[in-house]
Amino acid sequence: MPVEIDIAKVANLARIALTEEELTRYGSQLEDILVHAERVQGLPTEGVEPTSHPLPLVNGFRPDETDECLDRDSFLSQAPDSSDGQFRVPRILG
Amino acid sequence: MTDLADLTIAEAGAGLRKGEFSSVDLLDAVTRRASITEAQLHAYLTLDAKGARAAAEAADAAFADGDVAGPLQGIPIALKDNMCTKGVTTTASSQILAGWKPPYDATVVRRLKEAGAVLTGKTNLDEFAMGSSTENSAYGETRNPWNPDHVPGGSSGGSAATVAAGSAFGALGSDTGGSIRQPAALCGVVGMKPTYGLVSRYGLIAFASSLDQIGPFSRTVADSAVILDAIAGWDRRDSTSIDGPVPNLAGSLDRGVKELRVGIVTELMGEGIDPQVKAAVSTTASQLEAAGAELVEVSLPSSEYALSAYYLIAPAECSANLARFDGVRYGHRSQIEGTTEDMMAHSRAEGFGPEVIRRILLGTYALSAGYYDAFYGQAQRVRTLVRTDFAEAYEKVDVLVSPTSPTTAFRVGERAADPIAMYYSDVCTIPSNLAGDPAISVPIGVDDTGLPIGFQIMAPALGEEIMYQVASAVESIAGFTQRAVLASSDVVAP
Repeated sequence: MPVEIDIAKVANLARIALTEEELTRYGSQLEDILVHAERVQGLPTEGVEPTSHPLPLVNGFRPDETDECLDRDSFLSQAPDSSDGQFRVPRILG
Repeated sequence: MTDLADLTIAEAGAGLRKGEFSSVDLLDAVTRRASITEAQLHAYLTLDAKGARAAAEAADAAFADGDVAGPLQGIPIALKDNMCTKGVTTTASSQILAGWKPPYDATVVRRLKEAGAVLTGKTNLDEFAMGSSTENSAYGETRNPWNPDHVPGGSSGGSAATVAAGSAFGALGSDTGGSIRQPAALCGVVGMKPTYGLVSRYGLIAFASSLDQIGPFSRTVADSAVILDAIAGWDRRDSTSIDGPVPNLAGSLDRGVKELRVGIVTELMGEGIDPQVKAAVSTTASQLEAAGAELVEVSLPSSEYALSAYYLIAPAECSANLARFDGVRYGHRSQIEGTTEDMMAHSRAEGFGPEVIRRILLGTYALSAGYYDAFYGQAQRVRTLVRTDFAEAYEKVDVLVSPTSPTTAFRVGERAADPIAMYYSDVCTIPSNLAGDPAISVPIGVDDTGLPIGFQIMAPALGEEIMYQVASAVESIAGFTQRAVLASSDVVAP
């Protein structure tokens, strides 16, 4: 079964700005890979529970006490832009 | 005289404790080796000469005071560059993290430091650990120390190559679908993926969180156990780490395989496995039988779907994990004019390489409305089938064995243009990641072109003790002591 992908929509959801040429190339590669992935769709899995994780996970709790943490400057020093102790970004609205 | 760089960790540790040489001598030996081999291999992205020298001097001072922390004290160890090292550049081989200096150490890094290890530097990988050849690095590919025209495997190809070449005594890698075991097989060293949750992932740059696990590279099975012992154990900073006793591996070695039940996996010995690899694995399995093990054929019928399920689950998780690289808090920021959202989309397009973009797009698609259940949900149900197959197999046998990689090291460029051919490299290793079980690759020989062959041993969750018992037997039965061409002491600087 051939797969058709709206690759521009997917790239937008993933927030990756691709050129028309890149969209065409990635779109066709994804379709090839998904044909391979479709093998799993033919398997009878009725009544099979999905595994999201290999461990039975339970939430871990600790006392709500002040603890050591990393200082703000050590993070801000690695940011592309910052001011007044905060991350700085371009304008939000278009 | 043996070059110190060629010693095992056990030999180097014994020499240190006897005062035959110093940690600084060991560091000098691996640094000298790196200065010869790196021009051809490019296994390291960053050599932390200053930090390593300080750690070696500290280890020597501790030895002088009679203060011995453990078997890794004073031993030079390399780290895959997707593990955070405080103040030392960490890139995950991506342009998007060029020059990033983490403000903290990963838990495994902290534990190695506490054990007195000397951390030499950061090794090359496929970008964000996505690949099977270490060709997908934004900083150039790593080559195989047995033949530099061939790939070292991946994604932890740099770590495998350093250990094979003698530019570190051991190394850490990460394994999401085979990224420790497959390069270990292709570079003729021991590589091990622990039970999911045995080793903390805090400070490991995440790829696929339900599959990723950190583990050791070494030249011997005993050295592998020593490194695993230093990094294993519960960590409050990783909610998926197991809060329980860790395996006692020291007692597992050299115990033989008498009366152990060993299952050879039918589906991983069929079509697509190179005949020379298959023959070598069969021979070693027969030798285990001759040594007293009970050898049976075991079927894992769902394993043939594991690869397809993996290439939906791993990209889905990667698309979520890599959303954090948006040019706001760290890493590359595009200079494009526009809004923050434009900046993010362009930062990501400029910063990520093609394989990473491919997987993010694939994962985004598999998780998007209308396709979620057909792709991601179905892949998770197949994951259950794979786990059930393993559980049933382990009712009949103690361990499972197979080739680690379907072929020996392929040529640089050979599979670069064909993602699906590259994905097939992990067909034997992926089932253990889906199940969350431990597995180890032990070198057993070479093919007719002189490239190494790896033998994989798989065990049930937290079955590390019996797995190391069999690995130790395989190592001694195979008697594989040959070293990589580039590790030869005769190799001189070009």
